[in-house]
Amino acid sequence: MSEYLLEVKNLVKYFTLNGDFVSRVAGKTQTVKAVDGIDFYIRPGETLGLVGESGCGKSTTGRLITRLIEPTDGEIKLHGEDLLAFPPKRMRETRKNVQLVFQDPYASLNPRKTIMDILSRPLEVHNLATTWYEKRERVLELLNLVGMGSEHIDRYPHEFSGGQRQRIAIARSLTVNPELLIGDEPVSALDVSIQAQILNLLRELQEKFSLTYLFIAHDLAVIRHISDRVAVMYVGKIVETGPVTTIFNDPQHPYTKALLAAVPEADPKKPPPRLILKGEIATPIDPPPGCRLQGRCPIATSICGEVEPKLETVDTDHQVACHHL
Amino acid sequence: MTQPVLEIDNLSVQFNLKRGVLRAIDQISFEIGKGETFGLVGESGSGKSVTARAIMRLIPSPPGEIATGTVRFQGRDLYQMPDKEIREIRGQNIAMVFQEPMNALNPVFTVGSQIGDALRTNMGMSKQEARERTIEMLQLVGIPSPNDRVDNYVHEFSGGMRQRVMLAMALSCDPTFLIADEPTTALDVTIQAVILELITSMIERFDMSLLFITHNLGVVAHACDKIGVMYASHIVEVGTKEEIFANPQHPYTVGLLRSIPRLDVQSKFLTPIDGTVCNMMEPPPGCKFNPRCSHAMDICRERIPEFKELSPGHFAACHLHDQPTV
Ligand SMILES: Nc1ncnc2c1ncn2[C@@H]1O[C@H](COP(=O)(O)OP(=O)(O)O)[C@@H](O)[C@H]1O
Ligand code: SF4
Ligand code: SF4
Ligand SMILES: [Mg+2]
Repeated sequence: MSEYLLEVKNLVKYFTLNGDFVSRVAGKTQTVKAVDGIDFYIRPGETLGLVGESGCGKSTTGRLITRLIEPTDGEIKLHGEDLLAFPPKRMRETRKNVQLVFQDPYASLNPRKTIMDILSRPLEVHNLATTWYEKRERVLELLNLVGMGSEHIDRYPHEFSGGQRQRIAIARSLTVNPELLIGDEPVSALDVSIQAQILNLLRELQEKFSLTYLFIAHDLAVIRHISDRVAVMYVGKIVETGPVTTIFNDPQHPYTKALLAAVPEADPKKPPPRLILKGEIATPIDPPPGCRLQGRCPIATSICGEVEPKLETVDTDHQVACHHL
Repeated sequence: MTQPVLEIDNLSVQFNLKRGVLRAIDQISFEIGKGETFGLVGESGSGKSVTARAIMRLIPSPPGEIATGTVRFQGRDLYQMPDKEIREIRGQNIAMVFQEPMNALNPVFTVGSQIGDALRTNMGMSKQEARERTIEMLQLVGIPSPNDRVDNYVHEFSGGMRQRVMLAMALSCDPTFLIADEPTTALDVTIQAVILELITSMIERFDMSLLFITHNLGVVAHACDKIGVMYASHIVEVGTKEEIFANPQHPYTVGLLRSIPRLDVQSKFLTPIDGTVCNMMEPPPGCKFNPRCSHAMDICRERIPEFKELSPGHFAACHLHDQPTV
């Protein structure tokens, strides 16, 4: 049995862009290297925070692990077993174990169904409750778990606020007793006072059910709060991963440092945000060889444009991909 | 003290809708002095953008209506001016940038022709002068090769570059007052840092006043001198940023500051504000924060607290600050 609940090895997802008519005729296509060979693991009961700026491949990673999309290459192991080799029936069973919660719960909750319908559907699909009475009991229990009263059971999604909808989406993900919950920016659309409620709820549920989280977010303070370990992504690559205190107190990769320096902290006594990198985020479309940060990095040298830095272990659980540490 | 550039006094804006009357801002008052940077924070729907639009006299009417109060710019009541004058003020004195530059910039014209047109109408420049000034502005906001980029369309710029273009357009007519409504909300944190630095340096360079609207307390902590906190159509607290962060006087401000996860310390649980914001069509009587406030007293459910000065420059609206009655 593996020490890890989830282990991802050399995971790759390329998308092909056909471009416009002219380039198609010329047989030219572009490759978006959305996720380009990433490795990480999550131990049972812990939270891995996956952080990075828009388009760096965070959501694609989440969707690959739930097999909503198929990888171009690589391995995804659940309890040491290769998920990608599972036959369809086994995969359907496994799907239950890995649940996804999105940023916008409204888009993922059918507006024409009541909360009872929405929450009892997965129970039916996975044969977890049969009679109406059983389903109703379980749905009430789920609502209670996410801090919502039983009076909400026959209401429709539009009758709820953003925070309440996110509670419902979380309740739905719990209907099937998953082991791994992937949250793709689950609190990003919420106002801070509500965001804090949902973050606390996620923490309580994790303790109650020994849940394992892959928490995807672009907000570094949220990542700091919720994570045990953190992986920082930049243009399809993980550039640094380590225990949360290491990443925030002693970051090693130039990109991690830059990201942290750019955050405006809610405290006027802290130094103002600043950008220590040149230019703007590189694109994942046909990236040049070498390190993805080379054009922007203040300490880059010629080797950075030639050889791609690999993730190297610098300390327990702490890995960095950079030629100049 | 010299006269403030902007004085908002007891301003209320309501929308008369079929479903009922929605008071989007209710009896708000604040001032912004020359060269001062004022951050207006609050959660979505609290009335921040309506405040900005009311200053620009851009509230659609109907259904919108200024129900009470005045807006004075450089001492003159904006709502008593003829349309022609308010257009001049919008073109030459008060500029605005938004969260989504695509809404402010026209996709079918090049950046150069849009900024150029504005300069010719508002500043009476010739075509050649306007083009030169546009290139100069693009350079100033850090657009690389402005001589070429001036002939690009908006969609040919990245998100961060678009925000720069909008800033160039806003600043091209030498405004004395800039309103920025969530200008960095849609941006990644590294690009946000660049745009914030740019706005700050432009404010200093052109000696402008700034009204910066955001839900991000981290942003106002660094971009503004003074802060106003909005909750459900009211301004509940105003003070210097040092006072607001170190010595908040309104329970909502306190709650907001406690809910933010921090970058420097990790805690297991956060301290949220219970409940959700009230329905704006049917707000609770008294203090609108009362259903969520752990200090709420009987009077809070009956009377709207007075917005009053607790110490020089520090205002709050909360019954906890009422004089004890003997
Ligand atoms: N044109 C309009 N018609 C009706 N209601 C409006 C209109 N514009 C804004 N509102 C309402 O006014 C309130 C305040 O909105 P807004 O100023 O946009 O909030 P914020 O900018 O703080 O997120 C909200 O309840 C919003 O729905
Ligand atoms: S490998 Fe080179 S370019 Fe990449 S982060 Fe390290 S120093 Fe910078
Ligand atoms: S007036 Fe009352 S309810 Fe409102 S913030 Fe103050 S104590 Fe709380
Ligand atoms: Mg707004």
